[in-house]
Amino acid sequence: MTVHLQTRESMKADTGTDERLLQAIASGARPEPPNAWSSTMAFASRALLRIKHVPEQMFDVTVFPIIFLLMFTYLFGGAIAGSTTDYLQFLLPGILVMTVAQITMYTGIDLNNDIRKGIFDRFRTLPIWLPSALIGALLVDVIRYSMASIIMIALGLMLGFRPEGGLWGVGFAIVLVLIFSFSLSWIWTTFGLIVRSEKSLMMISFLVLMPLTFISNVFVEPDTLPTWLQGFVNSNPISILATAVRGFMHGTGTWQQVAGVLLVSAIMTAIFAPLTMYLYRNKK
Amino acid sequence: MKKDKKFLQSNDWAIEATGLVKVFGKERAVDGVDLAIQKGTVYGFLGPNGAGKTTTIRMLATLLPVDAGSARVFGHDLVSDSAAIRRRISLTGQYASIDEDLTGIENLMLIARLMGYTRRQAKVRAIELLEAFGLDHAAKRQVKNYSGGMRRRIDIAASIVVTPDLLFLDEPTTGLDPRSRNQVWDIIRALVRAGTTVLLTTQYLEEADQLADQIGVIHHGKIIAEGTSSELKASVGRGTLNVQLVHAEDQHRARTILEEKLDASVRLGADSTSLTAQADDSALVAESLAEFARQHIEVSDFSLGRPSLDEVFLTLTGQSAEQQQDSGEEIL
Ligand SMILES: Nc1ncnc2c1ncn2[C@@H]1O[C@H](COP(=O)(O)OP(=O)(O)O)[C@@H](O)[C@H]1O
Ligand SMILES: [Mg+2]
Repeated sequence: MTVHLQTRESMKADTGTDERLLQAIASGARPEPPNAWSSTMAFASRALLRIKHVPEQMFDVTVFPIIFLLMFTYLFGGAIAGSTTDYLQFLLPGILVMTVAQITMYTGIDLNNDIRKGIFDRFRTLPIWLPSALIGALLVDVIRYSMASIIMIALGLMLGFRPEGGLWGVGFAIVLVLIFSFSLSWIWTTFGLIVRSEKSLMMISFLVLMPLTFISNVFVEPDTLPTWLQGFVNSNPISILATAVRGFMHGTGTWQQVAGVLLVSAIMTAIFAPLTMYLYRNKK
Repeated sequence: MKKDKKFLQSNDWAIEATGLVKVFGKERAVDGVDLAIQKGTVYGFLGPNGAGKTTTIRMLATLLPVDAGSARVFGHDLVSDSAAIRRRISLTGQYASIDEDLTGIENLMLIARLMGYTRRQAKVRAIELLEAFGLDHAAKRQVKNYSGGMRRRIDIAASIVVTPDLLFLDEPTTGLDPRSRNQVWDIIRALVRAGTTVLLTTQYLEEADQLADQIGVIHHGKIIAEGTSSELKASVGRGTLNVQLVHAEDQHRARTILEEKLDASVRLGADSTSLTAQADDSALVAESLAEFARQHIEVSDFSLGRPSLDEVFLTLTGQSAEQQQDSGEEIL
């Protein structure tokens, strides 16, 4: 005999009051809201935990650099420079810039995922300085970018890369890459808040980054190009960064190059960081 | 009921909303919703998919700007004073809003730290909540490996790291098995006992019935009926008892018993082993079945259908359709 009868009384019966539950609810007193620093650190530790639990996401900062460097060195080395070792001296700084620029878009993808999954809604109802959610994540991304840089340089050294700028020159060049990438990330967070899906975000970043990285001085000296193209290549932010990174790695960097990188970074941050925050606060 | 409300002070209200509207493109997702929810009570928003429940809740939780109308939450204006509102409310969305890649304890600690607890306090609070919610065994498991019921509970736990004065729960039990659903109900009841006002949405009359003091039925962005659960059910009529007998020759005796006990008209099924009767008191149904047993009438199957949301809906929307027809005839 099957029974579908469930009375109100029988439901009440298994709902005994749980003391622990009441106790836990009673002890949920509201503390003072966190300051900007603590909330930023809380978000940074979330990003670190995510790396711990989803180590696959380090794929882009470990495998990409290796593949890119090997592929371009051996594919183009012979044809463009006649010798792979010679070409590596020229290519590595540029490939480093290109690789790190590519992986900045994951910042936007992570944010986009947070929004679609609703975590973002929860953060928005918390009593926090809202930008800390993004800054915390970006700080951890800077660690990821450093990893990518170090891996690529280590591999380069094995392949015959000999930076004349020494440790300090290379270190300073990496700092420039990090500043630039932090600033570039704001573009992807802006798009991450606008587009509906991860796919469209990848598409946009591809459309932006492809021309910027290939029509630059990453692979070839601009003076080998037609004049009309030289203008674009020389004013391309990727070229500006690649020139400076190359300069400092090989000991020929100038303060004008540093100023160029800082200026480009400042412009990107000044436009896209406030735009991101505006969209973040007013997301429908 | 309605009259009493007039004597309440304005500070007795958790939510007072008038004429809330939200338009998406051409669609009026929320189309003039008025709400008055008393502090310390549970209000149930009942409606099918797409009725506008989530949109209304998101507006009241300051996550979505309103297109028209106004609302006060604990006396704070929704638009001009949203920061003050955010300090007193919490929202558990329709879909789990936690980081699925993190473990249960990491999620709760993150929220606790963002609420302003120190790292050490955050850990203590997280453990306390995990134990209270029966999740301590899964504290160090990634949330993506949680069952549906566990996920819902960790999500609610994250919403009450700091006990809110007003908790929004968007379809807290949709898709849960009965046991998990009861666990969630217990949590809600405990919160209400502790003084939290709850606004929950649901697609099930049963759930609103169990939890809500006041129910608003929402349809196409409008509240089409409001009242207590019994008021709503009364508007729908009574439940239905279906009985399937083993032996056809018992049918008439069974009918007599049901007519006596339930005091209702009984329909005989064409297969001569089934009977259907109106019934709204489960105790009387139990008595009837006991009487069957005493008289050796064997029952192979029976079910007591409560008025479903469908029936409430049919009745409510059906009525309004009739009314529209009526007024149309008057004009003619
Ligand atoms: N962001 C949005 N953009 C466009 N339409 C939306 C959006 N959110 C909800 N809607 C529409 O508004 C209506 C009400 O949706 P919702 O409030 O989610 O209903 P419920 O929660 O009751 O299922 C639906 O028809 C839905 O398609
Ligand atoms: Mg909904």
